[in-house]
Parts: sequence; C-alpha cells; structure tokens
Amino acid sequence: MLEKILLLLSLSLSVAEGLCKPGVGEAYKVRFSIKTALGDQAYPWNKNEMFLFRAALAFAMRDFTNGEEFGVSDIHPCNETQRVSFWFVVTRPKTMDLVDKGTVEMAIKKSRNRINGAFLLTDKTLEFDGIYPTLAAPVSPDTPPWLIVFGVVMGAVSVGIIALLVYPLVQRKLKKNMDADDEDSDEETGVKTAENGANDGIYNSTFSDDERFTQM
Amino acid sequence: MRLVLPNPGLDLRIPRHEDLERMEKQEAADRPKWDNKAQYILTCVGFCIGLGNVWRFPYLCQSHGGGAFLIPYLILLVLEGMPLLLLEIAIGQRLRKGSVGVWRAISPYLTGVGIGSMLVSFMVALYYNTLIAWIMWYFFNSFQDPLPWTNCPLNENRTGFIPECQQSSTVDYYFYRVTLNASNSIADSGGLQWPIIICLLAAWTVVCICCIRGISTSGKAVYITAILPYIVLAIFLIRGLTLKGALSGIKFLFTPDVEELMNPTTWLDAGAQVFYAFGLAWGGLISFSSYNPVHNNCVQDSVILSVVTGLTSVYAATVTYSIIGFRATEKYDTCINENIRTLLNGFELPEDSITASNYNAALHHLNSSNPDTVFGLDIKTCDMQKLLSEGVEGTGLAFIVFTEAITKMPGSPAWSVLFFIMLLCLGLSTLFGNIEGVVVPLKDFNLFPQKWPHEILTGATCFVSFIICLLFAQPSGIYWLTLFDNFAGSVPLLTIGLFEMIAVVYIYGIDRFNEDIKFMVGRKPSIFWQITWRFISPLIVLVILVFYLVTQAQKQLNYLVWDINSETFPALTSIPYPSWIYAVIFLLAGVPSLVVPMYALCRLIFVSRCC
Repeated sequence: MLEKILLLLSLSLSVAEGLCKPGVGEAYKVRFSIKTALGDQAYPWNKNEMFLFRAALAFAMRDFTNGEEFGVSDIHPCNETQRVSFWFVVTRPKTMDLVDKGTVEMAIKKSRNRINGAFLLTDKTLEFDGIYPTLAAPVSPDTPPWLIVFGVVMGAVSVGIIALLVYPLVQRKLKKNMDADDEDSDEETGVKTAENGANDGIYNSTFSDDERFTQM
Repeated sequence: MRLVLPNPGLDLRIPRHEDLERMEKQEAADRPKWDNKAQYILTCVGFCIGLGNVWRFPYLCQSHGGGAFLIPYLILLVLEGMPLLLLEIAIGQRLRKGSVGVWRAISPYLTGVGIGSMLVSFMVALYYNTLIAWIMWYFFNSFQDPLPWTNCPLNENRTGFIPECQQSSTVDYYFYRVTLNASNSIADSGGLQWPIIICLLAAWTVVCICCIRGISTSGKAVYITAILPYIVLAIFLIRGLTLKGALSGIKFLFTPDVEELMNPTTWLDAGAQVFYAFGLAWGGLISFSSYNPVHNNCVQDSVILSVVTGLTSVYAATVTYSIIGFRATEKYDTCINENIRTLLNGFELPEDSITASNYNAALHHLNSSNPDTVFGLDIKTCDMQKLLSEGVEGTGLAFIVFTEAITKMPGSPAWSVLFFIMLLCLGLSTLFGNIEGVVVPLKDFNLFPQKWPHEILTGATCFVSFIICLLFAQPSGIYWLTLFDNFAGSVPLLTIGLFEMIAVVYIYGIDRFNEDIKFMVGRKPSIFWQITWRFISPLIVLVILVFYLVTQAQKQLNYLVWDINSETFPALTSIPYPSWIYAVIFLLAGVPSLVVPMYALCRLIFVSRCC
C-alpha cells in the first residue's frame, strides 16, 4: 500500500516536473523585483513566499473559473533563479491536464491587483512575461482646465479694455460740468503771463511746422 | 575736416537747441512723456531682455567654448552694442521723433531706413507673438496636476501608449502633436488649429490692452513685465541649485575651451547675438528715447543698459543650465537603471548585485565572459555629454527640455506656471517695443486721419496682425515661424543698423552729433565713442553681414520637420525647402533691406523730375 502511494506520488511529481518546461507549452515566466519596490523593507524570498504565490495564483484560477477547486498543488513552478524569477504551469485539479495559456492569462489579468497586493508589489515590479497590464485611463475633467484659465484671462483683459476706453469719456463729461465756472481758467492764464515776464505769451508749437519741404 | 556728405536744408528740418529748451520749459502736452526715469529704464531693459536671453545666449555660450565665450561677447558688447545703443538713444532724444520721423528729418532720402525698421518690427512682431501664444497655451495648461505632458495618451485597447508618443517622448508628442498638430512639410497646410487661434487671440488682446495708449499704458505694464522675470529667475536659481545634477550643468556651461576663440564663427555668433539682443535697428529704442526730457543723461543710460543686458544674459544662462543639468542627470540615471535592469533580467542575477556604482565594472565583466548574450540584450550607451547638449536652443529648450525637467520636480504645476509666466513677461516687454516701432511710424506717415486717437490705431494694428498670424495657426505653422525667425530677424536688421550708423556719422555729421550730445548731457562724448562710431562698429556690423550672406548663399536651404514616417524619427528630419520659398525669403529679408536704397533712388528720380 505504502509503495503504491509512494509510486503514485513520485509519478505525479515527475510528471509535473516534466510538465513545467521553461519557454515551451503553456508555461509562463514571472519575475519579482522586491528590493526595487520596497528598498529597505524588502522581505527575503523563501519557500513561504513561493507558497503564497501558488496560493494567490490558485485563488486567481478559482475566481476566474467560478469555483473550480484549484489548489496550491496545481501550480507547478520550476527553474527558480537568484533573480527571483521562475516559470510555472497550471494543471486542472484532480486531472493533470495543463490549463491553456489563454485561460491562465485572463485569470491573472482579472485578479492582477489582488496578486500584486499580496506581495506589496506593483505591475512593474511583479511582471508576468507576455501579459501586459491594462493601464488606467487618465482622469479627464468635464471642462478642460485650460479653458477656465483662458476665460479668466480674456475676461480680465476685456474688462480692462472697456475700462480704459470708457474712462476718458467719463472724465471729459465731468470736466465739461466743471468748466462751467470760468474763473479758474482766467486765473491760470494770469499766473502764466506773470511768470513768463520777458517772453511774449506762450510759444504755440502748432504754428512751427516740422516739415518745411513738401513731402514726396 | 570730417567726411560729411552734403545735406542741404538739415537745419530747417530739425528743431534747434533753443527750440528744444523752449519746448522743455513749456512742457508741450502733444508728445507723451515718461512718468519717471525708472519707467524708461525698465521699458528699455524689458525691450532688450527677451526670449533670446533665455534660449539663445545659453546655447551659444555652451557650444562656443563655455566660459571662454564671455570674452568675445563682452568685447563685442562694448565695441558694437554700446555705441549703437547710444547712437539710437541720443538721436531719438535729440530729434524727438519716432524712427521714420528721425530719418526723414536727417534727410528725406533716408526715410527708407525708417520704413525698413517698421517692416522688420512688424514681421518680427508677427512671429514673436505666435511664440507668446504657444507660451500662453502651456501656461493655461499648467493649472492641473499631473501636467498634461507627463503621460502619453493610451491606445485603443489600453495596453500601451500611442506609438507616436511611445517612440519619441511625452513632451515631444505634446508639443508637436497636441499643441501644433505639426504636418510633414511647410507646403502641407491643412486647416487651422483652433487652440492656437484662441491663444493668438488672447496674446494679441493682451498686447493691445498694454499698448493701447502708447507709453502711458505700456509704461505701467513694464513694472510687472520687466521686474517679474528677475524674481522668477532667482526662484528658479535657488530651486535649481538644490536639485541633483545642477552643478554638472553649470560646469558644462562655463568650462572654458580657449581654442574656440580661434574659430571665427564664435566671434560672428557673439557679434550677431549682441546686435539682436539689444533690439537695435527696430526703431523702438529711438521712439522710447524721444519721450525723454532733453537733458536726460543718455550716455549714462546706454552704459547702464549694456551692463544690465550683459549681466542678465549670464544670470539667465546659469539658471537655464542648472535646470538642464538636473534633467540630463535624471535621464542619465534612468538610462543606467534601465540597463541594470536589462542585465539583471538577462543574466538572472540577484537584484542588488549591480548598482549604479559598479555598473561599468559589472558590464565589462559580463561582456568579457558572455559577449553574445550582452550583444543580444541591446544595452544602450548612456552619454551624459550628449544629454547635456541635446535640444537646448530655441523653442526646443522651453517646450521640450524645460517642460520635461519640470515634470520631474516635486510640485510641478507651480514651477510650470512660474516658468511660463516668466517667458510671457520676457516676450511681452519685447513686444511693447516692437509695437511702438510699428505704430509710431504709421502715425508719422499720416496714413490715418490725425483725428483718430492712438487707441484706434493700436487696435487696428493688432487686429490686422492677428489676421496675418493665422498663417502660424496652420499645422505647418512652426515651419513658417522658423522661416520668419531665420530671415526676417537677421539680415534686414544688420543692413538697417549699418545704414543707421552711416546716416548719423556721415550724413547728419559726427561734429553736429557731438555738439548735440554736449548740449543734452553737458559733455562731449569721449574718444572711445568717436572711434567706435566712426570706424569700429560699422566695420564689425559690415563684417558680420558679409560673412552671414556668404555662408547663407553657400549652403542649401534646409529645414527640420517632425515626420513620423521618416527614418530619423524621433529626431527631426532635415528636408530642403520647396522652390517657391525663395520668393517668400526675398519678401522677408530682401524687401526691408532694399527699401533703403530703393526709396532714395525713387525719390531722386521722381522728385527731381517734377521739381
């Protein structure tokens, strides 16, 4: 009895090892960059972390296939390197059939965030070779902000132009009302002649023409 | 006996010294004047300090031997810039007219000089304000976090970015595609870009309101536009110096290479830069100086202006290169980290085995043991020198290099807003001088009825310019702008500057000019000014002009385009201009230069025939 169990176990192990061949078939390569992501707080890679990975992937398969009872033993890693990268294949529970690449890919894509979260990593530091992360669409507000600033600037400038054009007209009106009393203007000329003394009156430059010659 | 060409009737055309004294006492209200001396100095400083100080001078400095470039720059500043500056300021202050009025008063045959100045000012104003429009677009878009040029837009199935953006860079894509929608060639004009149109509208409206009453409005605006850039540069200097890699940029800028001084192009570029930086021959300085009181010390003003311009150029260059150094260091670090990642992944080594410090040794070791694998990994060489010298001139500096550097700084929207406000102020203050150089000659020509107030004249000029500027709102707009920049703002200015010097020294008469300055300032100008006015400055300008024409005539006219389908993408491709461009170039460069002799000739023929 014991021998039969041992035989079955070793058979399954050898089959599994035979299943996981890097680069061929339904195998995927995964790469961890823990030190890049966490720096000083990086955890060391060991068998426990590998167990977590297999568990997370089994969860992803279960979630995608809606309940098919994948277990930790259905995820078979191989060729682990010091880089912390390895290949893995997924087999169906109970049978030893390999799950095809497409299904694995879609399962991983669906639960990518959960897998990343389990390891405190991101899409860039936990890479699956060949599975491209779906990028988040940038947030675009309803009114582009530049239109708002443009509106503010143009509004201010238009108000300024109108103010500049209207202001002298208003001033002229006020002056007309004030010019009703002639005493002020008489006093001014009186003062001016007293100052000029020797000169006869104010030199009116309108009468000295700048262009003596007829122009072309 | 000095060499002076016969100029009959000069005394009748210009006010005598006694007239000037009388006008000064009476304070004739028909001519505008400055509220105070500070306004005048700030306006002139703002006019001289423009976008070229930020994005042309630092590039010239670095590419022509770093710190050693300051030697030809300062020498030519003193020998070429300062004398011409004093010439324009003094003649404006003496004859109390705009550029056309001044030259017409000296001799009616010389009115062509004024017309040329006006045409050049007008054409430069057109493309300069388009630059302002682009700066405004970036300014409007800086009020969001993250900045829109930080990330590429996603493609349809959201797995990656748009290929055009992926292959070039986010800032390149934002500038050439989102902002300009650049076409493949100058002939390819498909429709108008409406974001550019409304930014042009904003730009021309702002210019209009600032210049609407001449110097009574622009004189107030310069308090902000002339002072703010200095404050922002100081803020950027402090920020820049605290960033990693800033000092490598400054070192790169100022490392002297004395051998460059032997190269004649260094001296030519220095001379040309001094000439353009001072805003000479545009007519704006003459106009501004004509509003000065008669006894204003113009000699002192020209020295102050030269010193301020020179110092500001060096100051702006330091700030620019500290930011460039930061960006280059960031890119270099990213490049090295990428390579380290590729090596680690390719050789399956543990993460910390290769760091930035042992990268070179590790690469060498791996290359010697497994050269084929290393070759297959396609490691890119990270060249710090190349990163420091890429795209650091012209629009490339502001819209590509600087915007990229800003995205890497914490608090990017604030820095972006500050940077583009600074560029706006720099550009606007130069534009005030330009508009002055266009509107005042139009007034002098009496083309419009005298009753029309200054406001309507400025408004009409701005409106017409806006309509013509729609040429730059096309997808091929950037190529038209480069064309204008290269041809409208180069040869005509040198020609007109040369004619100005000849006119004042040999037609107006250097003796008379000396007497005028003695009357205005109290002292006859020293021997330095005499020698530079009579021989050195005209000679320098003539040499630069001749060399420029010779080099331009020899090479085939090419221009750079943004072409997705070309092999050199993402670098710009160089293609030749279509043949009809030569007609446009003649219009831009030839007409303002030739209007001087043509006008004199026409007047000679027609007036002498009829009278």
